[in-house]
Amino acid sequence: MSLQQQTLPFTGVEPHRTENLRSDHLLVAEMVQRGSKVLDVGCGDGELLQLLESRGIDGRGIELSREGVNRCVAKGLAVVQGDADTDLVNYPDDAFDYVILSQTLQATRQPKVVLENLLRIGHRAIVSFPNFGFWRMRLQLLVGGHMPRTENLPATWYDTPNIHFCTIKDFVQLCDEINVKMERAVALDLYGRPLRLNLPWWFWNMFGEQGVFLLSRAEKGR
Amino acid sequence: MTNVQSIPSPSIHNEDRAHEADHPTSQVAKFGADQPLKLDCGVDLAPFQIAYQTYGELNADRSNAILVCHALTGDQHVNNAHPVTGKHGWWDTMVGPGKPLDTNLYFIICSNVIGGCMGSTGPASTNPASGKLWGLDFPIITLPDMVRAQTMLIDRLGIETLFCVVGGSMGGMQALQWTAAYPARVFSTLAIACSTRHSAQNIAFHELGRQAVMADPDWRGGRYFEHGTHPHRGLGVARMAAHITYLSDAALHRKFGRRMQDRELPTFSFDADFQVESYLRYQGSSFVERFDANSYLYLTRAMDYFDIAADHGGVLAKAFSGIQTRFCVVSFTSDWLFPTAESRALVHALNASSARVSFAEIETDRGHDAFLLDVPEFFDISRAFLRSAGTARGLKTAGG
Repeated sequence: MSLQQQTLPFTGVEPHRTENLRSDHLLVAEMVQRGSKVLDVGCGDGELLQLLESRGIDGRGIELSREGVNRCVAKGLAVVQGDADTDLVNYPDDAFDYVILSQTLQATRQPKVVLENLLRIGHRAIVSFPNFGFWRMRLQLLVGGHMPRTENLPATWYDTPNIHFCTIKDFVQLCDEINVKMERAVALDLYGRPLRLNLPWWFWNMFGEQGVFLLSRAEKGR
Repeated sequence: MTNVQSIPSPSIHNEDRAHEADHPTSQVAKFGADQPLKLDCGVDLAPFQIAYQTYGELNADRSNAILVCHALTGDQHVNNAHPVTGKHGWWDTMVGPGKPLDTNLYFIICSNVIGGCMGSTGPASTNPASGKLWGLDFPIITLPDMVRAQTMLIDRLGIETLFCVVGGSMGGMQALQWTAAYPARVFSTLAIACSTRHSAQNIAFHELGRQAVMADPDWRGGRYFEHGTHPHRGLGVARMAAHITYLSDAALHRKFGRRMQDRELPTFSFDADFQVESYLRYQGSSFVERFDANSYLYLTRAMDYFDIAADHGGVLAKAFSGIQTRFCVVSFTSDWLFPTAESRALVHALNASSARVSFAEIETDRGHDAFLLDVPEFFDISRAFLRSAGTARGLKTAGG
């Protein structure tokens, strides 16, 4: 397969773009401090890594698909073939300033373990995922009576790699459960625009098409 | 059926081969009695020499040097006609103007390994103490010894830090040894189709090859050169067996299938009825033209002993802890001699050391030998890795 050939990302999420850059990537990149060291788990074609490196950030990546890895390496990126579920254990504690999991959480076998690993390897984690509580999802299931499919999640139930969908509300609950501190939370609408900050959680959970969270370890004993 | 062809006697005489070993058609760095090579077996080898080739120009601040490490039966003739066979350089697909190892940008060095037979001191060289060829009197050498010798050459060339150490197979092992032992002297490492240790299966294949050589009566206890013989049959069989391990089932099937060689029907003999037999015999006979049998014993042994983790308490990650070198690790899907799992173990160890590492597995049916062949995806990756490392090193790089 040619290195230039573009395929649907492994996660099966079709992203929004503004000026050729994914809106969630721009938001993630804005959360990362310059000069820091970042691991992008599920880095796909390396688009986010390239954006980060262009901003003076030392980026590394893991990607499951061989085609994706080879495209990244051919761009000069430090990317290795690996699986978020099985390979994060090889990384030492505190190896990175940030570990990013962009649109990949829902495709992992053990999201909770993965999330714990992210915050073991990195001081902070940035996690973005499609919100299954988005009103169009709910409507398709409620009225249509079948598993939801959207422009951004076009795969059918039988060929989707996304096996652990969650809502923004579910994710917040998981963070509480494993004692993770949410430093920043943003919900993006269908067009990749951030929803207003002062809206309540239920509104985000209904109208956020995806959630982007900046997380850190909560202090011990809390 | 008595007239079955075996590997024919080489057309090159022992004397000519010995001449190339002592007086190579290459540049030579000679090290006197005051600069011995300290071998792992405890021997100080002195005097000794290293034969090497260079391509391209060393830049003013001596920062663009790439050391190419050759594989088991390779040599320093990367990109020029081979002085013995007249064939083109073994890596002219990878090294040259505009190639991934671009001689317009980089200064490429390749030296014959210690223990080799193309001009660096080895069993085919003359032992200055006796005036006779070393043969089996030559001390056992290891991969770290080969690399230690290379550091002396690099010192001699006035280069403090290599921009990159590159190699496939045994060459990749040397690249890893360089990086583990001299991390400050290696800015980047491109390790292809290799491993940090030689596996039991690979040791087994090497033992098969060595036994084939030593079972040949013409080997004469390793002193064939004094009897005017050469164990070409044994060495040829060793090469044939090894060559199978460099290919893959799919590649052999694609190239030869069950096709017959210049005949329609089986001859009901042990002649080379099948194309694949004829091909292997050709590989065996062309190899014995250019390679010394004892050298083959020494170099396979050196690979067998190789195990980087063993020198670090059995923990591979310790060999690379705190390393600043940039790595690119490449494996090939159909390589069963150095399978991807070996590269993956290296990558895990490098991750554990937080090293900057790229790792690509290339899909091909061409087996271990893929690293010597025209595989565009592999070239793209090598080129991009060097370009990105070059930018970090502040080198002039192609297209930016």
